Amino acid sequence: MSNDSNQNAGETGEILLEMRDVRIEGWSDEKWNPIIKGVDLTLRRGEILGLIGESGAGKSTLGLAGMGFTQPGCRITGGSIVFDGVDLVTATETEKRALWGSRVTYVAQSAAASFNPAHRLIDQTVEATVSHGIQSESLAKDDARILYASLSLPDPETIGERYPHQVSGGQLQRVMTAMAMSSRPDLIVFDEPTTALDVTTQVEVLLSMRKIVEEFNTAAIYITHDLAVVAQMADTIKVLRYGQEVEEAPAREMLESPKEDYTKSLWSVRALHKETQPSDDIVLSIDGVDAAYGRGLKVLHNVNIQVPRGRTVSIVGESGSGKSTTARVITGLLPPMSGQVTFNGEALPPELKGRSKDQLRRIQMIYQMADTAMNPRQTVGEIIGRPLEFYHGLSGKAKEQRVLELLEMIELDESFYDRLPSEMSGGQKQRICIARALAAEPEVIICDEVTSALDQIVQEGILKLLMKLQEKHGITYLFITHDIATVEAISDEIVVMYMGEVVEQGSKDQILTAPFPEYTELLLSSVPEMDPDWLTKLAEKRGQEA
Amino acid sequence: MTDTNSYSAATEVASTITRRTRWERARITLKKAPLTAWFGMIVIACYVFVAVFAQWLAPYGEADSSFAAYAPWGDGHVFGTDQIGRDVFSRLIYGAQNTVGIAFITTILSFFIGGGLGLVASIDQGWIDQLLSRFVDILMAIPSLIFALMLLTVFGSSAWSLILIIAVLDSTRVFRITRSVAVNVAVMDYVEAARLRGEGLGWVMRREILPNIMPPLVAEFGLRFCFVFLTIASLSFLGAGLQPPTADWGSMVRDFAGLLQFAAFDLKAGLTPLLPAGCIALLTVAVNYVVDWFLHLTSGLKD
Amino acid sequence: MNLIIMTILKRLALGVVTLFFVSLIIFSAIQFLPGDFGEAVLGQAATEETVAAFRRELGLDEPAWRRYLDWVGAAATGDFGTSFSGRASSGVDRSRPVVEMISSPLKNTLFLAGMTAIVAVPLALFLGITAALWRNSIYDRVINAATLTSISFPEFFVAYVLMLFSTLWWGLSANATGINDADASILDKAYMLILPSMTLTLVIVAHMMRMTRAAIINLLASPYIEMARLKGQSSLRVILRHALPNAWAPIATVIAFNLAYLVVGVVVVEVIFAIPGAGKVMVDSVASRDIPVVQACALIFASVYILLNLAADIIGIVTNPRLLHPK
Repeated sequence: MSNDSNQNAGETGEILLEMRDVRIEGWSDEKWNPIIKGVDLTLRRGEILGLIGESGAGKSTLGLAGMGFTQPGCRITGGSIVFDGVDLVTATETEKRALWGSRVTYVAQSAAASFNPAHRLIDQTVEATVSHGIQSESLAKDDARILYASLSLPDPETIGERYPHQVSGGQLQRVMTAMAMSSRPDLIVFDEPTTALDVTTQVEVLLSMRKIVEEFNTAAIYITHDLAVVAQMADTIKVLRYGQEVEEAPAREMLESPKEDYTKSLWSVRALHKETQPSDDIVLSIDGVDAAYGRGLKVLHNVNIQVPRGRTVSIVGESGSGKSTTARVITGLLPPMSGQVTFNGEALPPELKGRSKDQLRRIQMIYQMADTAMNPRQTVGEIIGRPLEFYHGLSGKAKEQRVLELLEMIELDESFYDRLPSEMSGGQKQRICIARALAAEPEVIICDEVTSALDQIVQEGILKLLMKLQEKHGITYLFITHDIATVEAISDEIVVMYMGEVVEQGSKDQILTAPFPEYTELLLSSVPEMDPDWLTKLAEKRGQEA
Repeated sequence: MTDTNSYSAATEVASTITRRTRWERARITLKKAPLTAWFGMIVIACYVFVAVFAQWLAPYGEADSSFAAYAPWGDGHVFGTDQIGRDVFSRLIYGAQNTVGIAFITTILSFFIGGGLGLVASIDQGWIDQLLSRFVDILMAIPSLIFALMLLTVFGSSAWSLILIIAVLDSTRVFRITRSVAVNVAVMDYVEAARLRGEGLGWVMRREILPNIMPPLVAEFGLRFCFVFLTIASLSFLGAGLQPPTADWGSMVRDFAGLLQFAAFDLKAGLTPLLPAGCIALLTVAVNYVVDWFLHLTSGLKD
Repeated sequence: MNLIIMTILKRLALGVVTLFFVSLIIFSAIQFLPGDFGEAVLGQAATEETVAAFRRELGLDEPAWRRYLDWVGAAATGDFGTSFSGRASSGVDRSRPVVEMISSPLKNTLFLAGMTAIVAVPLALFLGITAALWRNSIYDRVINAATLTSISFPEFFVAYVLMLFSTLWWGLSANATGINDADASILDKAYMLILPSMTLTLVIVAHMMRMTRAAIINLLASPYIEMARLKGQSSLRVILRHALPNAWAPIATVIAFNLAYLVVGVVVVEVIFAIPGAGKVMVDSVASRDIPVVQACALIFASVYILLNLAADIIGIVTNPRLLHPK
């Protein structure tokens, strides 16, 4: 595609988007609540700005406001948003529509939901370009195929003829990038484009996005909660918290010498490290387990895992690797087709129904989403009190006393006793779930992605608590996660799973140091590092190998 | 090391809901209720009052036919008398007790059958669920008014067969909705946690699932009540529902239908059939207004 | 393409199975009749021979499965047996075949339902879609309040209010007895059915409009609709190109559901306006406990109901891109 159609091409360095004291409110709980409380933002042509913050920081709202778009239920109450001379706050819908899809485009988080299931990918890719009269349909389609190729999509000539449900998530995300690039916009807003992807897929998508944005020198706002990811993409990083700016600095400077404590806390989990201690006392052993859902495909193939007493074993793998299924087999929710689970030297009955109350008590589980793991209609006292009553027969004063002790153990005070789950924050809820597991006085606790829905600083607190409890009570953890930083922070041993098989098991030091088996190498090298050059180096390294 | 020592779990802030007592919450929501909802609640309260105290409120007996037939409005009989000389106003009041009472009993019964089976099916999700769901599909493939007419032909139209037949037919709808909302709750981690703890079916149903599906079920109760109420009224209107001398709004509409043609000569006489019909319409409108507001409230809470 | 044919075949098979069980239920209704119903039909004075002959005619001495097969086999060829009415204790049989009794009323019923559907469906879709597009506007609120009120009214309330208006002011005839006259043209018939059709329209439109509105709002909340807006597409294009192709299935379901509702509503309306239709025949037969006629009517109404839902599901299947373009 020639650059002629981009009639607005200006000099690199010229200010493209200027936001001054932007204020946005959202309607919830029957009133208007501030989401963005006066943020300034300046973006120059060809510049990539990373917007980073934790859940509720208002980063998506701000990013969309950069396009002059507010989601239903939100309104802009103050400030100015000037895009190349046009104030988007006062612009009419028609004026904004002329910009959207031609000069400003958007890449959404959920590619699967953001493509219309009824139309072919290529038609959706060129839709805006053609309807804005930027290019004829046939030229735009030719160009789209070239974009597909430069985004390293397989079969770039024909992939556009497919429908959204016919390609994978990572491919869809790249097609969406092609769609955003089709009109050769001045600005692309990327809204958490890789959050839903596995790490190995994320690397490929990041590489192709960065390549194409550099190729056309397009300005971009890149929204994410992952500092390591944004460091690879952005020239400048702006940190947001509670709708306000914390600090803004060039990416390199931000990583090397952050000014604010809050910024440092964004990678606090990475600062945690546990010294491994070997142990031969095996408490839980999974031997030759095969498992399948219904009569469907087999999801576990001959899985063998040994869990030493009082230690933490992490099971790592991407979605579909079978790590959660392994947990279901251990708990008895999914009886295996063959193989068995041995606990304290005794074979556990395969089915939940066959297990005694005492067997159930000794293995407890903590879930990823504390929100759905607690009955929203029960108070903390009821939630923690039930296992005490059920397993240990406590009631009345004794039960209440014990609940208060458990609250103290998880560092919460007695004012929490009467609270409902909706009256607590995410980290507090997860702590209550930990207390519920502790109430049973278990030997093994299975932790299924327990920190992945939480903000970094909260994650750190939870992980520290879990380690403290292990030291004090000698509890064994089976920790299921996809996050290598968490693994590094808490494990003694690591199990790597891929496609329902155990790739390797060993002590942490052994697994995390070279040489690696092929898959472990791919997995580990795909985890973004706090180094702005990480992606570049990785691309060079993989390029050499290829 | 970073300065995270100041971090404390107990002081962690988040967008949490302020704690209020049940009464406070109820008062606040009631204050914000729209006019239609207020209208609905007042009308329902009046109906309940009339239904409960019908014996004391009605000037004459339910089947007292000791007056002249087709007496005009006023003159000792507010709405005149019917074809065999019974006081229309009294029968309207007794009708509240009979028609509303029977519809209410039927709806409750239908919720016991449909709701109970729906809960069992949602937890089981195995062959019991399959069997019940397919059976309900088949029952629902026959239009319920038609099905009711057929069954009433066979079993005869007593008040109890009416209640039983409508309750069983309507429980299929209750089953569907209970099952679909309960399935969404049954897959929640807290239900799995309860099962992993070793809790029995009864506990899981009563303590874990039921409290969490109450709002949609309460709304559904209102809608089902309207439907049952209209079905019974229609059946009575068709002559297959409550049998005389029981005062019932549906059959009263039918009895008075002929008067409509005199509307041009005597407007009041012509309006008589609209009195029981209006009683039916007013109550369903009122219930629908309240349910609509309730649905709006509960769906708003989810966002 | 194979996937879609398989899915349709499966759905058709399910429809047949449903119809089978429905016919079984309707057939077994007769089994619950009290044992002496032969006398009940023929009268107290019936001789033992006539009762025995009647029982033989019904085949009550044969096993149930055999009678079911005979009944369902005959029904499939359009023969629903003979009516109970018109039989006398003397053995003189003036009863008529059920088909004869319901075929002409059925035509009237379908005429009334069709006439209503032609008006109600486009009107409801128009109101529903516009209300969804301009949701929370005054227009939406007014339509919402009006339809909420109107779905709460029983058919006979609406009917009698309309009748009252018509006798007082409009001078419209509510007399449909002439509908079977040989010289009545389609327009004449339509004129006779204006009031009943208006009654049904009022009730159906309210239901259908509310369901359409909910379905469209649900659709407009999809991320791909927001994406289309962020591509700068006009509202009209967003609706026509992005929402509509995905709206066929929910809209078809709404229409089928309400046409099925129409089938039931027809019964009450026919009785109110004394229209000689299938619904009226059924209600009269219920009063006289004429089981064969009731069974035939129930089977016909249920079949229409099943067919409508089947049609909606098939429309949903053939417009589903996931099935149209399998992996």
